[in-house]
Amino acid sequence: MIAAGRRLSLIGPAILVIGVLLVVPLALMAYVSTLQRGDDGGVIWNLHTADAYVQFLYERDLFDQLALNSDYIRIFLRSITLSAVTAVVTLALAFPTALWMAFQPENRRPLLLLVVTVPFWTNLLVRNYAWVLMLRNGGFVDWVCQHVGLASAPIDILYTPVATGIGLVYSFLPFMILPIYVSMEKIDRRYIEAAYDLGADRWRAIRRVILPLSIPGIVGGLILVFVPCLGAFVSPELLGGAKSMMIGSLIQQQFGQARNWPFGSALAFVLLGLILVALWLHAVRFRRASSAQP
Amino acid sequence: MSRDLSLFRFPLVGPAAWAVITYLYLPIVVLVALSFNAGDSALSGWNGFSLRWYAAVAEDHDMLRALANSLIVASVATTAGTAVAVLAALGTSGARFRRQSAFEAMIGLPLIVPDVVAAIAMLLLFVALGLPLGLASLMLAHTVFAVPVAYLPIQARLQGLDPSLGEAAADLGAGPATSFRRIVLPLIWPGIVAGAMLAFIGSLGDVVVSYFVSGPGATTLPVYVFSMVRMGITPAVNAVSTLLVAVSVTLLLISYLLGRRFR
Repeated sequence: MIAAGRRLSLIGPAILVIGVLLVVPLALMAYVSTLQRGDDGGVIWNLHTADAYVQFLYERDLFDQLALNSDYIRIFLRSITLSAVTAVVTLALAFPTALWMAFQPENRRPLLLLVVTVPFWTNLLVRNYAWVLMLRNGGFVDWVCQHVGLASAPIDILYTPVATGIGLVYSFLPFMILPIYVSMEKIDRRYIEAAYDLGADRWRAIRRVILPLSIPGIVGGLILVFVPCLGAFVSPELLGGAKSMMIGSLIQQQFGQARNWPFGSALAFVLLGLILVALWLHAVRFRRASSAQP
Repeated sequence: MSRDLSLFRFPLVGPAAWAVITYLYLPIVVLVALSFNAGDSALSGWNGFSLRWYAAVAEDHDMLRALANSLIVASVATTAGTAVAVLAALGTSGARFRRQSAFEAMIGLPLIVPDVVAAIAMLLLFVALGLPLGLASLMLAHTVFAVPVAYLPIQARLQGLDPSLGEAAADLGAGPATSFRRIVLPLIWPGIVAGAMLAFIGSLGDVVVSYFVSGPGATTLPVYVFSMVRMGITPAVNAVSTLLVAVSVTLLLISYLLGRRFR
């Protein structure tokens, strides 16, 4: 039993580090999003305005009237769509992989886990750069397609949303495999044997026993893929083109070339809000699911 | 009881899994192979085996300085982050306490907030405080991310610990400090090593946060490579990327083997 004072001295440093270096900065970011932009970039620290949020929806036209502007909304919608597609594709790839791993002999599983974890811990930048080499004209994918006769001309994938999607799926696939594997590994094998005894074939055993029991892992995986995808920066920057910008690059642009900190902060804040909503929906769903099972 | 494992083999699942594993490794293999290509351009086809691009990396002083920066930042952030994480894991072990879930949510926060958002938020803090961007700001930022990454394996290890071990030590007259040093620390050591390695790999690989909070003189290797890739690709990028892969794989293998030995 740890006394409260001693406990605080143990967890205090963590509270301090994350509080001072993350929670306070996030609050500051929210504050900056309400400030007036400075003329030379930066902000005017005590001049408040809603400009940043207005700019998200409207633009000023030649006559200084506010006109609805869908550019930024479109970037957000594109990010949400691309993240959702990525989550679904990773699920389709991860499910059979996790299923196969979870039902391998017990002594082989740690090694298989290592095999799927190595790419996950390999530098994200390097992994996405490797896809630049794969997808470029004359790159590996192009070469293979032309040699097996799938394509007659060089194929242009790089710098399209498809390339971004490939990069995202590749980056986040282990996030999907691992939680599904964990739920499947926990499934009591007797349930599956019982299903066979009751006349189920293998597909039915997967569909009626394994799939429902892996739902927590699947939902966890969907969240673990969807959430970081929304804020992804490296894949869209390296593999996507100017026409397929995502939220992360938009925010970076506001802090870089555009030098509009309040707007950049507002965008970051909206992104954070989206993520909190996704997590909250997950928590609500999860609580309902766990209270439904006695 | 031995089970008939064939009952748990499902048609097509094995080939699908192998296809996915191939997909996971193919780009890395292609990258590594191309790093040994003798050609002058990253675009050219295979021109024969050569180590010339590794030699080019070894002579690129900016790149070497970026590498040194990365190693310094990762070492400091890993040490600080792991120390904080060990304390936090000790603090959360044992009986549940008030606001435990709030604390756990907070410690996991760096993993939830997108790195772009965390990076600009920290950038704003450093600017507001007038702290110059450089190695110090990088170390602080990387420490934040090292804490949860190191915390999870250490906490998992502590949770598996038999509480009666500590009680036995106390019965035998060990004070809390001795009991920690002689009993707890050796038992959670693999967790600490694993956590520290993951934090180190994470810091070494980070692009986004470093991209925002590194000043002009304190570029890290991934940020350097990132700008190289965007400016136009030379085969030296393949070589340095391959080296980064080699470092991560080596650290992971060490962590895996240590975990096996202590199990």
